[in-house]
Amino acid sequence: MSAPRTARAAHRVVIVGAGMAGARLAEEIVQRDPDGRVHVTMLGAEPHRPYNRVQLTNVLAGSMAEDDIPLPVPDEDAVVRLGVAVRAIDRDRRQVITDDGDAVGYDTLVLATGADPLIPPVRGVRTADGGLRPGVFVFRTLDDCRALAAAAEAARRVVVVGGGVLGLEAARGLAGRGLDVCVLHMAPWLMETRLDAEGGKILRAAYRDVGIDVRVDATATEVSGVDRADGVVLDSGERIPADLVVFSCGMRPSTRLAADSGLRVERGIVVDDELRTSDPRIFALGDCAQHPGVAGGLLDSAWEQATVLAELITDPGSTTRYTGSAEVTRLKAADVDLVAMGEVNPDDEQAASVVFSDARRRTYKKLVLRDERLVGAVLLGDDETSGLVTQLFDRGAVAPPDPKVLLFRGLRQGADDSGPDLPDEATVCRCNGVTRGEIVREYTAGARTLDALADRLRSGTGCGSCRGQVAALIADLPADMPAA
Amino acid sequence: MTLRPRRDGGLDVEPRDFPVNGGGLCRKGWTAAELLSSPDRLTTPLMRASRTAPLEPVSWDAALDRVAAELRRIQDAHGPDAVAVFGGGGLTNEKAYQLGKFARVALRTANIDYNGRFCMSSAAAAVSGALGVDRGLPFPVTDIAQAGTVLLVGANVAETMPPFVRHLPRPGDDRELIVIDPRRSQTARDADLHLQVTPGTDLALANGLLHIAIAEGLIDSEYIAARTTGFAEVRRNVAAYWPERVERITGVPVSEQRAAVRRLAAGRARGGAMVLTARGAEQHSKGVDTVRAFVNLALALGLPGRPGSGFGSITGQGNGQGGREHGQKADQLPGYRRIDDPRARAHVAGVWGVDPADLPGPGRSAYELLESLGTPGGPKAMFVAGSNIAVSAPRAELAERRLAALDFLVVSDLVLSETAKLADVVLPAAQWAEEEGTMTNLEGRVLRRRRAVAPPPGVRTDLEILADLARRLGRPDGFDADPAAVFAELRRASAGGPADYSGITDEMLDSGAPVYWPNPRGRDDLRDDLRDELGDVLRDELREDEPAGGTPRLFADRFATSDGRARFAVVRHRPAAESVDEEFPLQLITGRVLAQYQSGSQTRRIRELREAEPGAFVELHPQLAERLGFAAGQRVRVVSRRGAAWAEVRLSEEIRLDTVFMPFHWPGAQRANLVTNPALDPVSRMPEFKICAVRLEPLLGTADELRPVAA
Repeated sequence: MSAPRTARAAHRVVIVGAGMAGARLAEEIVQRDPDGRVHVTMLGAEPHRPYNRVQLTNVLAGSMAEDDIPLPVPDEDAVVRLGVAVRAIDRDRRQVITDDGDAVGYDTLVLATGADPLIPPVRGVRTADGGLRPGVFVFRTLDDCRALAAAAEAARRVVVVGGGVLGLEAARGLAGRGLDVCVLHMAPWLMETRLDAEGGKILRAAYRDVGIDVRVDATATEVSGVDRADGVVLDSGERIPADLVVFSCGMRPSTRLAADSGLRVERGIVVDDELRTSDPRIFALGDCAQHPGVAGGLLDSAWEQATVLAELITDPGSTTRYTGSAEVTRLKAADVDLVAMGEVNPDDEQAASVVFSDARRRTYKKLVLRDERLVGAVLLGDDETSGLVTQLFDRGAVAPPDPKVLLFRGLRQGADDSGPDLPDEATVCRCNGVTRGEIVREYTAGARTLDALADRLRSGTGCGSCRGQVAALIADLPADMPAA
Repeated sequence: MTLRPRRDGGLDVEPRDFPVNGGGLCRKGWTAAELLSSPDRLTTPLMRASRTAPLEPVSWDAALDRVAAELRRIQDAHGPDAVAVFGGGGLTNEKAYQLGKFARVALRTANIDYNGRFCMSSAAAAVSGALGVDRGLPFPVTDIAQAGTVLLVGANVAETMPPFVRHLPRPGDDRELIVIDPRRSQTARDADLHLQVTPGTDLALANGLLHIAIAEGLIDSEYIAARTTGFAEVRRNVAAYWPERVERITGVPVSEQRAAVRRLAAGRARGGAMVLTARGAEQHSKGVDTVRAFVNLALALGLPGRPGSGFGSITGQGNGQGGREHGQKADQLPGYRRIDDPRARAHVAGVWGVDPADLPGPGRSAYELLESLGTPGGPKAMFVAGSNIAVSAPRAELAERRLAALDFLVVSDLVLSETAKLADVVLPAAQWAEEEGTMTNLEGRVLRRRRAVAPPPGVRTDLEILADLARRLGRPDGFDADPAAVFAELRRASAGGPADYSGITDEMLDSGAPVYWPNPRGRDDLRDDLRDELGDVLRDELREDEPAGGTPRLFADRFATSDGRARFAVVRHRPAAESVDEEFPLQLITGRVLAQYQSGSQTRRIRELREAEPGAFVELHPQLAERLGFAAGQRVRVVSRRGAAWAEVRLSEEIRLDTVFMPFHWPGAQRANLVTNPALDPVSRMPEFKICAVRLEPLLGTADELRPVAA
């Protein structure tokens, strides 16, 4: 596109952060603005082209290459500056100050600063200068991924601290690279906010099946080792040796810039249904933002927010609002199918649960219904209905009266219409509407071959698929039946 | 098929052993002869004295004089564009060609389009853009039998075109069939893998399949580098379509997405892999982008132009291919030329003996044309041939109202179709077995259709009608009623165009040997023949001699683009024009059943077919029916924002829980198209026939409910 996007009249939008939320927003704005009325500048602290963070666990697992995870960026229609961190916001002058001293003016500012890994204050995690000790890793950025993948080359044993989604995906990826992996999890079961106890137990068994040791109710109290980390000590006193220790204990919204600028910050940057912060010219979205409708940390919500915000920025009269997102967690781990959504541990009388549990086959399926609507689900063991259930949950639609159809595919009440006990009125040749009864009648009347039947009934003369069935049918009829 | 006279004077149908159908016919074919002698057949022109008077038999002269006088009066008062022409994809090549010429030369109106706009336009636009030329299958249909894996997208051929199934992988053989369809259709039931996609999300699924093919290293990088452009951008775009996200959009489980891609790659290694789309994927307001997404997939896998592999789109009407090549489309001139291309205009004007400046420009697309009828600035009169708009147009009730708002409507048809009933003049036309002509099938193979019987007394062919009318409109020359003469002219007009027929001779067609376009005539022959007529215009367009059989397989060495490379295109998922909500909580999808065809104006008049499928039904899952309190056989109203139709409940466990299906073959208050959404694709102007939001209500049985109503 060649529309002049630097025209003075253009509305200047500056996006701080070129992660999944920021890059998506830039793209959504440009697509809605073919005439270049909005001038977008995106500043990314990481030096890399925007990439799909969600896919990093696949890169770690080796099932995808770095080349496979770029995000579309509107280079031609927006100014994209990478490796540029923002140091401060000058709200009075309406400009952001970058760490290289540049001032970038805005009419609208969007904070998409993401989140930082939480590292629990465990003894031995950090070196004296506050950095991570050699052998200790976090897993958030492409650089983290590269460092961990490189270290994994020479490592044999790894302990992953934290059995949430990211920790479990990283653990699976590392196990797939041939490492001995142990997952430590503080809560009594894995993914304790997304699963119930039974589901968590079966997930643990599924992880053990792929060679990953999982310790629950296990708190890491110390990272052992002289210079490099060489193990993790549990609160039980047990020490688990490890060449690598990966902390995956959740994320904390990156709010420093917002807080320093005097914006209202609680856990994250507080935003309303227009994704507006306490400064009307400043918005926030994605992991750094705090909106009552979403817990954060899920990509779908960030992208939904990007769509809404792009709409609001390009069309100030728009009445579109962000009211929250359905939270669905889909584990990306080879040979382990898991999707979990909504409430799975309801504690009220109105909720009804439907559960199928087969621990032997590592299958656990649970639906939680309230007022005939699906409000939560766990599907572990196969994904045959995961799309169906997720969509029902997303739409908040009324569930079918018999929820079995949401648990298993291919459950059919109807009789099999191809067996030997076919009723006379059953259609054998669909192309020409020929029933079993008609075939028997004509056979009885003397048409004893496929061709003879085709001449009289046209059976088998369309797609030809039923010829085998007709042949089997007449083979079962007595050959010596007298012609009527 | 062939017709054989019976002793009782009737006709029997005999299947012909032809590669496309392998000698097979479904019941629509077997019973087709019944239409020739249908008691409903029109044998005399009908005319009404005023808009409120009844239709009454009149002589041909009276009818044609009236038509010519009205068209002339209206054009004199309102300009040439005040008369519109609407054609059909079932017309022969000759009729389609002549209809386009009649509009541009005799009427000099820009306003001509046809029902193929509702059929093939999305595939046509997408494939032209990607591969440079739009031929449904760029390979003979028999090549499909070589493919190790076939992916069908939104194609229920087991019902719509049963003999086609003979080419597909069958259960138990060592080939694999993958079907993408929101219903476990008859075709899907015999597939090795059925992806029961959420209606309106095929595009996201295609992008997701490409994502997996890239991630799993199954793309053909050499092919991409040597034969295509634009892959880098597409690769970045589909990076955002990872399987888990696509599962949430499309409802297709991750494991099935992966299986589909792996099977395609495995098939490619065992003879070939083919990706074939049809209306299920195309009749959407994002139909062009959806087809583009599947072409992207096929290109990344290195399929088009490889033996036993490729991309194709399955045509839906008898002459769905030829009908879109010769100028009854608003933006098109014969030979699949663009009407806004000065060289194309010069060439065709030369053949037609008119000044290129006198040729009108592009006109309105089908739905936009219908929507404009009788409005200020819109056409005041229309000539319809081979189309039953009142049943087949989206938002049919509005289309019907627009037809009624015309000052003058003339319809040429075999029977008094629902559209003909609205006309001021109805002209009884000859049909398939009663006239000569050529058709072009889904492979781009040109076929001769022979006259087997004489039309009933009183009936004329469309070519005769156009010749008679042209003469009355002051064009005594240039509108031959003889199909052979028209075909000869069509060949010249198509010369040098993408769909070049110039080298196709009567002898070639009569020999029975396959003849495919493009089939350009030898450079020297053509230059000698046409130099005087055309001057230098043609010189650059003529190609080297090619074999007499034309080009059975396109793209072996190059694509028909300017640089010979196929084009990838970045396409993004977007929701259907209308999403479900609390008021309209169900997705309606539409389609065909085996025993009926299109608007049903032919098949509903054949006893056997009428008895097999007597009326409209709506198919829903038993669980949905139980929740809504409906039983099998119950009559219900299917209600959308645009209107309501009634239908009988049919239960099926083969349909998604959130979706209902309704076929579109029946008239009046049972028209599915009373409900459908006319949202148009921005490029092809294809309406979104395939998906809209509805609710079901019990039918109380009042007379009002049984009449077509608008919301």
